[in-house]
Amino acid sequence: MQNQYEVVVIGGGPAGLAAAIQADKEGAKVLLIEREARLGGILKQCIHDGFGLIRFGEKLSGPEYVERYVEELKDRQIACKVLTFVTEITKEKEGFLLTAVNREGVSEFGARTIVLATGCRERTAKQVSIHGTRPAGVFTAGAAQHLVNLSGLMPARRCVILGSGDIGLIMARRLTLESAEVLGVYEVKPEPSGLTRNIVQCLEDYQIPLHLSCTVTRVFGEERLTGVEVMRVDEAMRPIPGTEERIDCDALILSVGLIPENEMAESIGVTLYPGTKGPVCDENFMTDVDGVFSCGNALHVNDLVDYVSESGELAGRAAARYTAGEQPEKVEIRPDASLQYAVPQMITVQAAGGEGESREVVLFFRSRETVRDADFVIELDGKTVFSKHYGVLRPPEMERVLVKLGGLDIKSDSKISVSIKKREAR
Amino acid sequence: MKELTCIVCPNGCTLQVEKNGEEWKVTGGRCRRGEAFAIAEMTNPVRTICTTVATSFKDVPVLPVRVSGDIPKKRIFDVMEEINKVKVTERLGRGAVVIENVLGLGVDVIVTSGILAEQGQI
Repeated sequence: MQNQYEVVVIGGGPAGLAAAIQADKEGAKVLLIEREARLGGILKQCIHDGFGLIRFGEKLSGPEYVERYVEELKDRQIACKVLTFVTEITKEKEGFLLTAVNREGVSEFGARTIVLATGCRERTAKQVSIHGTRPAGVFTAGAAQHLVNLSGLMPARRCVILGSGDIGLIMARRLTLESAEVLGVYEVKPEPSGLTRNIVQCLEDYQIPLHLSCTVTRVFGEERLTGVEVMRVDEAMRPIPGTEERIDCDALILSVGLIPENEMAESIGVTLYPGTKGPVCDENFMTDVDGVFSCGNALHVNDLVDYVSESGELAGRAAARYTAGEQPEKVEIRPDASLQYAVPQMITVQAAGGEGESREVVLFFRSRETVRDADFVIELDGKTVFSKHYGVLRPPEMERVLVKLGGLDIKSDSKISVSIKKREAR
Repeated sequence: MKELTCIVCPNGCTLQVEKNGEEWKVTGGRCRRGEAFAIAEMTNPVRTICTTVATSFKDVPVLPVRVSGDIPKKRIFDVMEEINKVKVTERLGRGAVVIENVLGLGVDVIVTSGILAEQGQI
């Protein structure tokens, strides 16, 4: 069948590109499907630099980073359909049937395996409770970034930013460079959500104030935003009466979090994990539906694209090597309350001294609180099998560890737990 | 002694920098790059800037650019002013120089995306 592929990758951002390239390197027949006209995902509009420090040892802009992958995809002549939207995935006796629409109409593709690289979405104004009217001038940071960096349009002259996520910080600097006035960044939590370096190079460098434990409670304006009301919040993040302050501005920019996009995954029965809002997966990034893999920000929201590309490569390789039929048994990796999450959530069983001798597993985790002088610890049946010391762990900064599984006996009834242990507490 | 957050890489180490006579003493970093960063911050802080230039093409109204190397932090807005004077009228590719040796600072302003050249091929 002409439309039959071994690996179909959905999403042409950094994760999907890496997955498609890696699956092709493994010799699989690959198809990449992207709904936009150009490949590259969100990096097309992330014109700031700092991408690729880990992968390439260079400080690249988003387009520079992702175009390296787009060019490799083209050089390898990997089949690719842009302006194509997958509307349905159905499980077949062997593999999957995908229905997609594009300008040529509706088409069907057969897939032995699927890699979901569908990225994430921004939380919008509807998902944070702000009272008031519904004027123009309320943008997500990503929408503002698209307007400034791709359309060459300024969404604001004088604005307030709600939320201290990285995109919000990057946009505070970007709008300032384009001579808009950024009056302040308001963060409801007592700590910033973005990377510390972005607080320094995007806010402090430009004397933009960061107001912690503060939030926007109301917007004013009929057709266009004319101002916002900000309030201080208590420990439970409830606005404190009497702290209301009105700020005149023409735009409110929201950087209040990202949610993995998994409608497609859910439609085929993939279980989502509450801690990440992405699929539950094993060390090959295979979900609990055999033959369906997940990577990048669809799996969990990353702060560095380098790790997005890595997860794409691992998922792409595993998808190319996948054989249908009975899958090896897996056990759960259980994070305790010190962690927001750990990915993967499952791991394949192995006998000590068997094939596992050279096995390595990439594990990503995020701390629940800021902790200093602590160890990230993996325990197998009550025995510590991995430990790494950190000077500081912060919730906004995702960590990655490479764990060697050689010599470990992971049985189907093994208990694997992961946690952060403070040194002074031991 | 002054405390700084290193912005060289995502680790964001907290650095302590102190002047001992003519020598700078930097502690707290996980690598050597932090030392150079801290000394520069105390003597001549530098940054890179990334922005866009206008084009005369309707399909790609703005084109991403960046400076090819560090510029003094206090010259950021001067360089922005120069970049904002530019209007690209050719379908330049990634790496093309838009302004050579901008304001005599020894760095060029270069295109960072192939979007304009790519759209021209269709």
